Amino acid sequence: MKAILTVLGHDQVGIVAKVSTRLAELNVNIIDISQTLMHDNFTMMMMVTWDDATKFEVVQNSLSDLSKTTGLNIRIQREEIFDAIQKL
Amino acid sequence: METNSILETIQMVSEENLDIRTITMGISLLDCIDSDGKKARQKIYNKLMTKAKDLVKVANQIQSEYGIPIVNKRISVTPISLVAAASDDKDYVAYARTMDKAAAELGVDLIGGFSALVQKGYQSGDTKLINSIPQALTETSRVCGSVNVGSTRSGINLDAVQKMGTVVKDLAKVDPVNCMSLVIFANAVEDNPFMAGAFHGVGEADCVINVGISGPGVVKNALEKVKGQPIDVVSETIKKTTFKVTRMGQFVGNIASKALGVPFGIVDLSLAPTPNEGDSVAEILEEIGLESVGAPGTTAALALLNDAVKKGGVMACEHVGGLSGAFIPVSEDAEMIRAVTAGNLNIEKLEAMTAVCSVGLDMIAIPGDTTAETISGMIADEAAIGVINNKTTAVRIIPATGKKVGDEVEFGGLFGRAPVMAVNTNSPAAFIHRGGRIPAPIHSFKN
Repeated sequence: MKAILTVLGHDQVGIVAKVSTRLAELNVNIIDISQTLMHDNFTMMMMVTWDDATKFEVVQNSLSDLSKTTGLNIRIQREEIFDAIQKL
Repeated sequence: METNSILETIQMVSEENLDIRTITMGISLLDCIDSDGKKARQKIYNKLMTKAKDLVKVANQIQSEYGIPIVNKRISVTPISLVAAASDDKDYVAYARTMDKAAAELGVDLIGGFSALVQKGYQSGDTKLINSIPQALTETSRVCGSVNVGSTRSGINLDAVQKMGTVVKDLAKVDPVNCMSLVIFANAVEDNPFMAGAFHGVGEADCVINVGISGPGVVKNALEKVKGQPIDVVSETIKKTTFKVTRMGQFVGNIASKALGVPFGIVDLSLAPTPNEGDSVAEILEEIGLESVGAPGTTAALALLNDAVKKGGVMACEHVGGLSGAFIPVSEDAEMIRAVTAGNLNIEKLEAMTAVCSVGLDMIAIPGDTTAETISGMIADEAAIGVINNKTTAVRIIPATGKKVGDEVEFGGLFGRAPVMAVNTNSPAAFIHRGGRIPAPIHSFKN
């Protein structure tokens, strides 16, 4: 399964580490990453894949827990939706 | 990874209120017809519970995996006047209760199809259904009804127009809010996913998925970036934006159809507003350059919007259907409400606007002492616009019992609130009471 992960929030130490550690625990592979600061707001986007045996909601729930403990806005969406809207 | 397009898509959903307004499952009830009403209702219940058992689950799953809000899950069924006609039931309220029960148990928001098609005349079931509407829509919370009183091919059934004026009044007597579940159509379509007018036409497959989208906020934001530029640019911008919005509808419909094992019917290209800030069709018109919706130029701006929405949307979908246009329901559009309250928009202007967009005088509160004949007159006018111009028109007005111009009716949630609007009080009674049928219009010499 391929998905797009977006992380938004106040810049703080270790955001990339926290998110990527959690992804590694879930056996989720990062295939692309982009990150920028917009007015002190940390914005990160990742393209990730994982084995279809792991259900989407397992990854989503785990990231949603991480979102609560870190105060970051973490969103994960399957990748097809972006292609459907943006590409002919 | 194209970060800009990803961000744009996320912004469309999170800041501009882009969502799927409804996934509507159309279910044919023709195979539930039985001369014993009780048996028919049992068959209806069983069929609804079987066909739609996963509808809500699948919609919720799509919402969570793709991050697209799906606001409503709905069902439309074959017009009950056809399904119930074979039975010897004296009224059809029990059918509405069955629909309501199934809808509640399935967790769907609304179920449409407590309907009759009487554009040319009544069969026995039509009379019973129409007489049952006030009680049926009062006793149920999720059932929606509609009556088609005219069509371009057959003219306008003035007897039905007259009858529907009194039905609307009767419905409002109990509680004006009930009137939001009833639509009176001309040229009703068979694959409309939007309520209250959805029903599953007899020409449709046994079970289909239809999708309605909503994205006025996205169009408005896109237009903010082309301020002051020629109207051609406005049209192009709307086309490009609605293409994207509609692609999402096509995408979601495809996935839902696959997951449910049900054929995908159509995407309805309508721009459906909600009372939320920034989710308004009126705001788009104002962004095009009107000081307030209702100003001279409103009809032209709306015509352009409606046409550009269709041009952009048609290419984005395999099949387009339903009502496909910009909706202008007063109560469901924050900016419309503001314009009415400020005295910038009246019923006559709204009527003119319905000639160039989808769908009609929608969610408009009128004074409680408006007579049934006047309501019939309004229905006849709307039907005439539809019949002559070969388009769907509809009336969903709310006589605010006990209230007068300036008061408000509160519907709650998606349906918003409606300021009571003034209606011309000259009586059309003698015209309406003539009864009979207005002949079908000629299709040549268009002037």
